[in-house]
Amino acid sequence: MCLAIPGKIVEMDLQNAHLAVVDVVGVRRKVDLGLLQDEPPVPGDWVLIHVGFAMSKISEADAVDQLQTLTMLGEAEAAMQEVRGYGLENEELDKPAQRWKQ
Amino acid sequence: MATPATKIRFRESQIEMAHGAGGKASRRLVEGLFAPLLYGSSQSPLGDAAHIQINGTRIAMTTDSFVVKPLRFPGGSIGELAINGTVNDLAVSGARAEAIVVTYILEAGLPTEILEAEVRAMGQAAEKAGVVIAGGDTKVVDHGQADQMYITTTGIGRLLSGVEISPQSVRPSDKVLLSGAIGDHGITILLARGDLDLEAELRSDTRSVLPLVQGLVSVAGPGVRWMRDPTRGGVATSLNELARDCGHGIVLFEEKIPVRDSVRGACELLGLDPLHIANEGQFLAIVSSEHAESALQALRATPGGEEAIIIGEVREQPASAVLVTTLYGGSRLVDMLVGDPLPRIC
Amino acid sequence: MKFVDEFRVPELIAKAGEEIRRLADPNRHYRIMEVCGGHTHAIYRFGLKDLLPANVELIHGPGCPVCVLPMGRIDDGLSLAAQPDFIFAAFGDMMRVPGTHGSPLEYKARGMDVRIVYSPADALKLARNNPEKHVMFFAIGFETTAPSTALTLIRAKAEGLHNFSVFCNHVTIIPAIRAILDSPDMRLDGFVGPGHVSTVIGCRPYEWIAKDEGKPVVVSGFEPLDILQSIVMLLRQLRKGEAKVENQYKRVVPWEGNRAALRAMAEVFELRPYFEWRGLGFISQSALKIRASFAECDSEQRFSVPGVRVTDPKAAQCGEVLKGVLKPAQCKLFGRECTPEQPVGALMVSSEGSCAAYYNYEHRKPVTIARAAAS
Repeated sequence: MCLAIPGKIVEMDLQNAHLAVVDVVGVRRKVDLGLLQDEPPVPGDWVLIHVGFAMSKISEADAVDQLQTLTMLGEAEAAMQEVRGYGLENEELDKPAQRWKQ
Repeated sequence: MATPATKIRFRESQIEMAHGAGGKASRRLVEGLFAPLLYGSSQSPLGDAAHIQINGTRIAMTTDSFVVKPLRFPGGSIGELAINGTVNDLAVSGARAEAIVVTYILEAGLPTEILEAEVRAMGQAAEKAGVVIAGGDTKVVDHGQADQMYITTTGIGRLLSGVEISPQSVRPSDKVLLSGAIGDHGITILLARGDLDLEAELRSDTRSVLPLVQGLVSVAGPGVRWMRDPTRGGVATSLNELARDCGHGIVLFEEKIPVRDSVRGACELLGLDPLHIANEGQFLAIVSSEHAESALQALRATPGGEEAIIIGEVREQPASAVLVTTLYGGSRLVDMLVGDPLPRIC
Repeated sequence: MKFVDEFRVPELIAKAGEEIRRLADPNRHYRIMEVCGGHTHAIYRFGLKDLLPANVELIHGPGCPVCVLPMGRIDDGLSLAAQPDFIFAAFGDMMRVPGTHGSPLEYKARGMDVRIVYSPADALKLARNNPEKHVMFFAIGFETTAPSTALTLIRAKAEGLHNFSVFCNHVTIIPAIRAILDSPDMRLDGFVGPGHVSTVIGCRPYEWIAKDEGKPVVVSGFEPLDILQSIVMLLRQLRKGEAKVENQYKRVVPWEGNRAALRAMAEVFELRPYFEWRGLGFISQSALKIRASFAECDSEQRFSVPGVRVTDPKAAQCGEVLKGVLKPAQCKLFGRECTPEQPVGALMVSSEGSCAAYYNYEHRKPVTIARAAAS
């Protein structure tokens, strides 16, 4: 099942090294960290949870980056239209993804 | 009147948990088996409470049963559920509960202190709700049956003046009002069972909604078309039943539907929809558009109604269905509860 | 940051929708497959199809681990657990899947001890708490779920638990994609790649799709913005005539996958020579079985499995819908004999089944009805 959700590690289980308490929008749940044993997460980290196991750490930096990319969608095109309006016919301008690296 | 020749329309060979969940299966059982054999020629939609005439006086009557497990949970217990549930059924049919009779079915071996605690809770809830417990019955069954205790209630009440509830009176442009956040009760019960390793700061919302209904009716009575307390099956089931009964569509605005964070989180974790989760202290009202704003203000001004909100409206399409729209133009249909993801919730 | 709400912001969703409309060449009809059932579900739940232009068509893939199981495997699992003192444990999704003689829930009503669990660890806990019973966990899922089952088996063995076994129905995604691409009735332009499977296997396993088949793949998250952004990225590649694997779900998916998860899987599982998939037939090396070193915890090695092949009811077109050849509404039984409450096939009952998603969210919507009436 693909159902997986983000949760924040709030405390480690003192009795079971591979378990931690994770907070998912106000609900606390014990989650198994065994699949992240190569780079164990610590309280404060966000993880992706699937069937009671943490699958991956969630990178806040990447998330912010992605949201910024999305915010800029359409701005590249708006700039393009403005430039075209100046009568500049240039092949380069028709490839926004290359020119406007995000 | 049913005769030995009356046929039932219920085709399933055995009863499943889903038939008690308050959703589609329950409706099939009631409409397909109980109605043809018991309700005779009555063609009126099956509601929570009945209004009957006795010597020219109209009274309201309802019955309910409580099999919740566990008996005690954050925010309440079976005794309170029994009183509040019965008062609420009468309230949303437009009646003020006057008297309740109670049956206890007890399991042999039940510790007395557990029974005492529940009966005390029931007494306190009745006093708080302003209803008299007029009588009752007790039966004891073998150890291993009745899972500690089952309670049934029958309540009667007098009709509130100035309000006439009828699904047929619901019209396009009417507004859907909700008294407060949904999902608290069902999720609280689920967590209280202790099968899941989940914890949250959540309490059942069990309470009498009569004061809120009275507040609503006193201000907007003529505009109130329909009310329901969304217990088993949740808001989605109640509204789907209405949509089916009135033939119109009901459109809900997702961002307006109040759900506490912890309920949302638990639902995400478990793959449940808050719209299908039972509530024991909320009610829905369909109010004409002219009265909607004053109705909302009346609710918000009544203690306990501060979170009331308009969550949607009645439209012609989609006929007989409930649609939820999202802020970004998407929409989805939400049906009655299917199956029984949360058994023994009330 | 909560990592959910931020990816549902209406303004950004609108922007992404506009970008898609801008990028889609009006002279082309794009057929993009979302492999994973979770994506199908998200697309319907968030009404994303309403935001796409008519010439960008989403085809549902076979990425629903419950849907692709032939009925015979459900029957096998239920008959294994029909022994006295057995507890049948499975995810909620499995409970109403029809077997030949009924679903697990119906077996429960007839007296079998059937429990819903939300994790294989819960099933293990059941075994610990019920030493006089045998707990059989019906394991399903792609590579997203297999590592959790693997780790649970490792723990069960370490604990020396004798009353726990797994009936393993884990399947792998790459052979399914290969079977789709090999199918003559499929013409596809690109793939929205499974986001959560990729947290385990990484992005490399999809490279052959781009290199050998020339189709772009964008591994995608599950929020509305994720899916829309992935479609934007696919359209950009298609416009430039490119075909490569991209990772849209960077915040969660590591390009190299999860080594610890892959190690756990390798320790516990090996590939079956072949396995039958509903709709796709027998596919070699496409499913996992438990190694002999964990035989004690393998229901199939400890108990005898009937192994009867059961074909779907004749009128049901589950296979074609799974392959994406038919849309759910095109199956003759859809909405009539087959509904979520009285499902004929698993696609109508699984939370990731495309028939269930379509039925629950879409098919009675006014816009859908209007489109059908107009066509």
